[in-house]
Amino acid sequence: MFYREAGDFKTNYAADNQTFPIKIDRKGYYLVLAFAFLVVPFLINDYWANAILLPFLIYSIAAIGLNILVGYCGQVSLGTGGFMAVGAYACYKFMTGFPEINIFFHVLLSGGVTAFVCVLFGLPSLRIKGFYLAVATLAAQFFLVWLFNRVPWFYNYSASGQINAPERTVFGFPVTGPNTEAWAAYLFCLVFLVLSALIARNLTRGMAGRKWMAIRDMDIAAEIIGVNPLKAKISAFAVSGFFVGISGALFFALYLGAVEVGEVFGITKSFLVLFMIIIGGLGSIFGSFAGAAFLVLLPVVLKVVGVDMLGWPTDIVAHLQLVIVGGLIVVFLILEPHGLAQLWRVTKQKLRLWPFPH
Amino acid sequence: MPEQLVFAMEVFANGLMSGVLYALVALGFVLIYKASGIFNFAQGVMALFAAMTLVGIQNGQIPFAHLINAIFGTHIHHFGWNVPSFAALILTVGVMILLAWAVQKFVFRHLVGQEPIILFMATIGLAYFLEGFADLMWNSEIKTLTFCLPGELCLPQGMNTAIDEAAFDAWGVGFFIDNLDISAAIVAIVLVVALVAFSQYTKQGRAMRAVADDHQAALSVGISLNFIWVLVWSLAGFVALVAGIMWGAKSGVQFSLSLIALKALPVLMLGGFTSIPGAIVGGLIIGVGEKMFEYCFGIGQCFGGIINLGGATENWFAYVLALVFLVFRPQGLFGEKIIERV
Repeated sequence: MFYREAGDFKTNYAADNQTFPIKIDRKGYYLVLAFAFLVVPFLINDYWANAILLPFLIYSIAAIGLNILVGYCGQVSLGTGGFMAVGAYACYKFMTGFPEINIFFHVLLSGGVTAFVCVLFGLPSLRIKGFYLAVATLAAQFFLVWLFNRVPWFYNYSASGQINAPERTVFGFPVTGPNTEAWAAYLFCLVFLVLSALIARNLTRGMAGRKWMAIRDMDIAAEIIGVNPLKAKISAFAVSGFFVGISGALFFALYLGAVEVGEVFGITKSFLVLFMIIIGGLGSIFGSFAGAAFLVLLPVVLKVVGVDMLGWPTDIVAHLQLVIVGGLIVVFLILEPHGLAQLWRVTKQKLRLWPFPH
Repeated sequence: MPEQLVFAMEVFANGLMSGVLYALVALGFVLIYKASGIFNFAQGVMALFAAMTLVGIQNGQIPFAHLINAIFGTHIHHFGWNVPSFAALILTVGVMILLAWAVQKFVFRHLVGQEPIILFMATIGLAYFLEGFADLMWNSEIKTLTFCLPGELCLPQGMNTAIDEAAFDAWGVGFFIDNLDISAAIVAIVLVVALVAFSQYTKQGRAMRAVADDHQAALSVGISLNFIWVLVWSLAGFVALVAGIMWGAKSGVQFSLSLIALKALPVLMLGGFTSIPGAIVGGLIIGVGEKMFEYCFGIGQCFGGIINLGGATENWFAYVLALVFLVFRPQGLFGEKIIERV
């Protein structure tokens, strides 16, 4: 009934290779985009923006970045929090150092800085593999957080050691600082998310992505068939760092506004983003969205159900949340190692055959 | 003897002692890794869980009291009795064996044959689960742990006055070393000797080594993999309990205990994942290294204080050391050489 490719004839190479080959998918995609850009900004209020939409958008970018590294290239990283901190502090230095340049470029530049740092810490990946690498990236996590805490230049010698986002505008509308309207911040993040997803999606299905996946599946075999592991791994670290840096910059400048590095970008942040891509699906851009949505919504839902409806104390709900998230990770790894994205794929496959499955 | 040198020696000795504690946690990792190829990230949380259970049983706390109160509106907290340490220890070992069985039955039996990295992530999930579970069960406030064997033989606290006085007599400068650290070192030595004896001279120990050597071959000579895995997880649980008691007595039973697990990772990288002596040597190197580095460069006490990084270098030193070290020797000091085939 729905979801048929019958009658949807491709007449040229470009049409045959498009991201969404099935018409209903394509329409759905445009519909979602239109809804996100044209409808949501009029409905949004501060609660929705701060509790759900902004974190979702920003974590999605981080998840896409980490998914490129872990899901596509197979290099497990536990340093995401540290790299997000690099993005945040780079953005802060750019914002305060060059106030005349638009914040859009500051965010892009901080992505670039993070890519550079990420490559530096990724260099050992040529020698170290598997969870040895995972632990090695912990060095990045702890060292970077310590660095931003200890070197006053990074926080402009402020007395509190915090960084605060000054007000910056895009087209005359403030997107950072206390006078920001919810819709402006939302749209700003959305633009970055859509761009990131587009770039990531097209990178991963092109030559670069194939090389990453070859390295992930078996690096020695990949090397033998002519994939340069140095270039493949370093490029994965760079691209991943770029997206993670952007998300860190947005997280600081638009979402929080003020950041104390140890609290915000600690090791728990690294695990959170890693959980997002495990639950969402390793090696899938859609999975990054699904995982981010899931882990952003879960605490909100738990809080609404546990604290507001049942009247439980907040600490119990927080502990329950740990239990549920941990349990879900295990359940997902057992039942569906490819995460929510795979569930979605299976559903689509079923829909194509429905109502005559045989 | 110059005061500076005595201080440095003091730092060195304290580093050795905290290295012993790292090694204790790392031991649990090695046990599980050797027998099942699982890199158990949850080891630190297991130590936390064990220590919390021990304290909870000792104090007669009602498990899940907080949750029960929230659901049923009751006000229960304690059974109203105190369990002697030794009995509580036995009960806690029982709980850890139960935990080992449950982990094996509900998690890792379903993940046999998966890639190591998937297993690793499963243990991260397990760590989160256990942490939340422990907090729900015994609530998350910081608890003090006092552990006494029958006959008023308690874990000592405070500094060792005998060594301090001896040092003062010899060099004219006091030498600070914690009593607890000394007992931790003794316990660690006893534990390692016991573990080695167990794996060398008992039937189960031999079976354990066989499984570590080759799963298939072990299966074919009639060793039950399932039993061995439960056994190994129980042993790791016991090691976690010992580590939990030592850390708990030192700095209170609290969440930061589980962060020690993270410190145990670089210890393992240095020592190699498959080697018990490696875990110990790695632990000592990391313990001494981070204390000395902090003393010399972190707070700038060496070489006239030319390098002063402003302290708290202990947070990252271990990881950076492991990172640098691994680049030159990816299998660690005592690990088996990694051979890769297509």
